[in-house]
Amino acid sequence: MPTVSVKRDLLFQALGRTYTDEEFDELCFEFGLELDEITSEKEIISKEQGNVKAAGASDVVLYKIDVPANRYDLLCLEGLVRGLQVFKERIKAPVYKRVMPDGKIQKLIITEETAKIRPFAVAAVLRNIKFTKDRYDSFIELQEKLHQNICRKRALVAIGTHDLDTLSGPFTYTAKRPSDIKFKPLNKTKEYTACELMNIYKTDNHLKHYLHIIENKPLYPVIYDSNGVVLSMPPIINGDHSRITVNTRNIFIECTGTDFTKAKIVLDIIVTMFSEYCENQFTVEAAEVVFPNGKSYTFPELAYRKEMVRADLINKKVGIRETPENLAKLLTRMYLKSEVIGDGNQIEIEIPPTRADIIHACDIVEDAAIAYGYNNIQMTLPKTYTIANQFPLNKLTELLRYDMAAAGFTEVLTFALCSQEDIADKLGLDISATKAVHISNPKTAEFQVARTTLLPGLLKTIAANRKMPLPLKLFEISDIVIKDSNTDVGAKNYRHLCAVYYNKNPGFEIIHGLLDRIMQLLDVPPGEDKGGYVIKASEGPAFFPGRCAEIFARGQSVGKLGVLHPDVITKFELTMPCSSLEINIGPFL
Amino acid sequence: MEHQAVVGAVKSLQALGEVIEAELRSTKRWELTAEGEEIAREGSHEARVFRSIPPEGLAQSELMRLPSGKVGFSKAMSNKWIRVDKSAADGPRVFRVVDSMEDEVQRRLQLVQGGQAEKLGEKERSELRKRKLLAEVTLKTYWVSKGSAFSTSISKQETELSPEMISSGSWRDRPFKPYNFLAHGVLPDSGHLHPLLKVRSQFRQIFLEMGFTEMPTDNFIESSFWNFDALFQPQQHPARDQHDTFFLRDPAEALQLPMDYVQRVKRTHSQGGYGSQGYKYTWKLDEARKNLLRTHTTSASARALYRLAQKKPFTPVKYFSIDRVFRNETLDATHLAEFHQIEGVVADHGLTLGHLMGILREFFTKLGITQLRFKPAYNPYTEPSMEVFSYHQGLKKWVEVGNSGVFRPEMLLPMGLPENVSVIAWGLSLERPTMIKYGINNIRDLVGHKVNLQMVYDSPLCRLDAEPRPPPTQEAA
Repeated sequence: MPTVSVKRDLLFQALGRTYTDEEFDELCFEFGLELDEITSEKEIISKEQGNVKAAGASDVVLYKIDVPANRYDLLCLEGLVRGLQVFKERIKAPVYKRVMPDGKIQKLIITEETAKIRPFAVAAVLRNIKFTKDRYDSFIELQEKLHQNICRKRALVAIGTHDLDTLSGPFTYTAKRPSDIKFKPLNKTKEYTACELMNIYKTDNHLKHYLHIIENKPLYPVIYDSNGVVLSMPPIINGDHSRITVNTRNIFIECTGTDFTKAKIVLDIIVTMFSEYCENQFTVEAAEVVFPNGKSYTFPELAYRKEMVRADLINKKVGIRETPENLAKLLTRMYLKSEVIGDGNQIEIEIPPTRADIIHACDIVEDAAIAYGYNNIQMTLPKTYTIANQFPLNKLTELLRYDMAAAGFTEVLTFALCSQEDIADKLGLDISATKAVHISNPKTAEFQVARTTLLPGLLKTIAANRKMPLPLKLFEISDIVIKDSNTDVGAKNYRHLCAVYYNKNPGFEIIHGLLDRIMQLLDVPPGEDKGGYVIKASEGPAFFPGRCAEIFARGQSVGKLGVLHPDVITKFELTMPCSSLEINIGPFL
Repeated sequence: MEHQAVVGAVKSLQALGEVIEAELRSTKRWELTAEGEEIAREGSHEARVFRSIPPEGLAQSELMRLPSGKVGFSKAMSNKWIRVDKSAADGPRVFRVVDSMEDEVQRRLQLVQGGQAEKLGEKERSELRKRKLLAEVTLKTYWVSKGSAFSTSISKQETELSPEMISSGSWRDRPFKPYNFLAHGVLPDSGHLHPLLKVRSQFRQIFLEMGFTEMPTDNFIESSFWNFDALFQPQQHPARDQHDTFFLRDPAEALQLPMDYVQRVKRTHSQGGYGSQGYKYTWKLDEARKNLLRTHTTSASARALYRLAQKKPFTPVKYFSIDRVFRNETLDATHLAEFHQIEGVVADHGLTLGHLMGILREFFTKLGITQLRFKPAYNPYTEPSMEVFSYHQGLKKWVEVGNSGVFRPEMLLPMGLPENVSVIAWGLSLERPTMIKYGINNIRDLVGHKVNLQMVYDSPLCRLDAEPRPPPTQEAA
C-alpha cells in the first residue's frame, strides 16, 4: 500500500477547514484511507540518523496517509484533497478537457528501433502552469509515487517532464547503441556517454535499482528534440538541458514503457492532477504521437466512459435499500458522476480518466457501499444451509495429535522450509536422493528447499532445548513435500508423523512401543497379513548400523524407526543417544 | 549444656504440633577472634615490635624475622613509633622514635573481652573487625511456653496413612503430621500440544460449528496460475515479484493446467469480458506456469471453487481452511517466511456485503471479539473489500484483525460459476491472534525449532471466547 506524505496545514488549507488528528483519522477510515503516522521531517531524520542531523530540519507537521494500491488519483495532495472534497460534497468533480494548441501541435515520433526494448510512448503538454515550491515538490513526488507503484519501479512505465521552452519539437523517441548516446544528465556538470552513465549510476542509491531494465540490451531508449538535445534516456535519467524548475511555465510530459495501457493511465493521472495549476484550469494541451507504422494518436486520452448499472443490483450486492436517486448521489460523492435514467431504475455512471481502477460494475458497487458507509450497512446472516465436513487427512491428524500427547509426547511446530544441509548432508544423504523441491530465490540458506522429512526440525528443536530435563519426547504431524511428476505442479505433500526420544540411553523400546501404540490407535493389528503391521531389519544412513527397521503396514512400507547414527546426532549439535520414528499417515485414512 | 542441642530439642518439640510455643529471639554480641584473644593477652603486633627494639636499634632484616614483624612494623611506622635508617653501615636499621606508647588496640580488645563492647564507637569496632580481631555473632534463643496441646508425654506424628494402619485401625489413635498446603504439588508426567496448534484446533472447531466444510490444502507447491492468474491478479502485480514470492527452481513449471479455463482467464486479463474492461496487457502462459510456494491459501479456495463450478447444478457451499503459506519477506519480530492463514468462503445466490459482515460478526464473537468495524480496502481479487478492525482493550486502539471481501466476477465467471452466485470470503493469520492471546511479542517464541519447550509445557487450554489472563508486564505487539 503506497504511503503519501502531505503537510498537514497545507492539506487543511486546501480542504478549507481544520480537523483534530482523531477527526481526520475518522474521515480517512470512512473513505478507505489510513492515517498511518503523524510526524515531521525533523522527527523522521532524527529517527533515522539521530538528533544531531535533525537539527535545523523542518518541524512542519506531516500526515502519512496509506492509499489503496489501485487509487493512483490519491497519490498526491491535489488528488487527496479533490477526492475528499467531492466525498464531503464541498466541490463538484472537475471536468478534464483536452484542447488543441493555437499553434502547432507538439509531436513525438517513435522509431522502430524502440520495438525490442520499450515500444510505447505517450505525451502531453501543460500550458501556463504556475508552480510554487510546494506545488513543484508535489509534482516531483507524484512522479516518484507513480514510478514506485503502477510503473513497477519504472519497468512498465517511466515518466519524463521537461521545460518545453528550452526545447524545440518535433521530438524523436528512438533507441541507440549506448556508446552513441551522449548528453549532460540531470544534476551533472558535464556530458557522458550512456555507457559511462550506467557505470556512474551503479553506485547511485536511487538510480541503481533501474539500471537492470536496459543494462543488457544492445540499444538504449532515448528521446531527442529537433536540435538533437537529449530530453531523457528512459527509464534511467532525464537530460539537464530541459530540467524543470519552480519557474517553468510550459511542461512537456512523456511516458515511455512496455505497457501501453499503464502509460496512458500514468499520463492521465499527471495531467489531471496538475492541470489544476494551469491558467485554463483542468485543461491539457494535446500532443501527437506517431508510431513506427505511421499511425498517429493524440494524447492524453482523458477518456470518460459511461457505465450502466441497475439500482437494484447495487442494493442487492450491498444489502441495502436505497432509492436510485440516493444511489446516484452516493456514487457522485465517490467522483463517479451519476444520474438516474430510463425506467427510473437504471443509473448511468460516468467514469472519469482519474478512476482507472473502475473496470467492472463491482467496482461501482463498492464505491456506493463506501459512500453509504460500511458501518451503516445492516448485518444479516446468510441463509446458506450446509452440513460441515472435515478434510479426512486433517481429521485423522487431529485425532492422532491428542493421543500422541496422551502417550507422553510433546508436540512441536517446525518450519516447512529448510536448508539442503538439514535434509541431506546432516542425515548422511545426497541431496539428489531426497527428491526435494528447490527454491530458486532464497534470501538465506534456511529457505533452500521444502523439507522431505520432519526429523531435522525435531532434532533442531532438541538442540535449542538442551537445558530441558531429560528425557525429551517430541512429535510433529505435518506435511513434507516430494517431487512427483504425476501431479499437475510436479510435487506432492505427504502427511508425516515423526517422533523422537532423547535421553542418556537410546530408548529404542520406547519409540518401538510408541509405534505399537500408534498402530493400536489406527486399529492395525500386529502381523504379516494384509491388514497388519510388522517391522523388519533395515538400513539407512541416518541410523546406527543394526538399529534400524522399516515399518510395513497394510501391505506397504510406511516409514522407518531406529536409533540415530552418532554422526547425525553430532551434526545436529546433540550429545545424547536418540531414537526416532517417522511414518506417512496417508495410507491409514 | 551445648546451645545447639537446646535449639534442636525446641525444634523437634515444635514439629509435634501445639505441644509448646516457641518464640524466636535472636541477640547479637561481639566476640574476639583467636588472633584478637592473643592480642588482648600479649599486646598488638605493633606494640610487640616497638618493645623488641633496644635503644641502639635493630637491623630491619632481623626485625622482620620476629613473629609480629611484618604487620607490626608497618603499623608501628604509620603510628610514627619507629623509624628506619637506611644509611646504616650493615643495612637498614630500625630505631625507636618515642620513648613509650599506648597500646590502644590491646586496650580496646580487653574492653570487649570484659563484656564492655558498647563502650567502643561504631568506627572503632568496624576497624577491629576489618583487622579480623573482632567478630559479631548472632545468638538464637527461644522464649518457650506451653502450647495448646501441651503434654509431658509426647508421641511421634505419623506422616502418611498406611495399609497397615487401615487394617489394624491404629490410625484412630495416631496423631498425623499436618500437610503444608502452601507447597506445590508434583506435576504429572505428560505430553503437551503446541499452543499455536491448540488455537488452530479451536478455529477448526468454530468453522465446523458454523457449518463450514474443510478444503484440501495439502499442496504447498502451487502454479502461478492458481496462486495469481485464476484470482485475476495481473502478471505485473508486485506480489508476483521475486522479492515477495518463493519461486521454484525444480520443478520450475507446472506440468498441467486446465487449458480451457486458462484460455478464459487469459482473455479476461488481456481483453476483459464478463462485464469487465480487463487489464489490457499481454498475458503470458509461461508466467502462469511458474511454480511457487503458495503465498496464500486462496489458491486452494480457487481450486475448490473451480471444482464446485464444474458440478451442475450449482449447490451453495461454505468452505474453510487453515494451513501454511509462504512469503519471501524481510523477517522481523512479527514476520516469518511461513505462517498459517485462516480462510472462510461462502458461495450462494444473492449474498450481500451485509451478509459478509453478519457472518464475520458471528465468527469473531466466537473468538471473544465483539467490537468490530469495517474499513474500505483494496485487494486485487475482491471487490468490494473490507478490512476488519476490532477494538483492543489493552492497546486502547482499533487493530486490524482480518481482511475480507466479495470475490470479483472476473475471478468467478471464467471458472463457470453462475452469474448470480456471489462468493464472500475472509482471511486472517493464525499467528497474530495467538500472539495477542498468549502475550507473545516475538513470533520466534511461538513457531519454529527455537521455541522454548517450557513455554509449550506451560501453555494453558485454548479457550478463545474466555476472558484472557491480564497480559504479562511486557506490552503486547
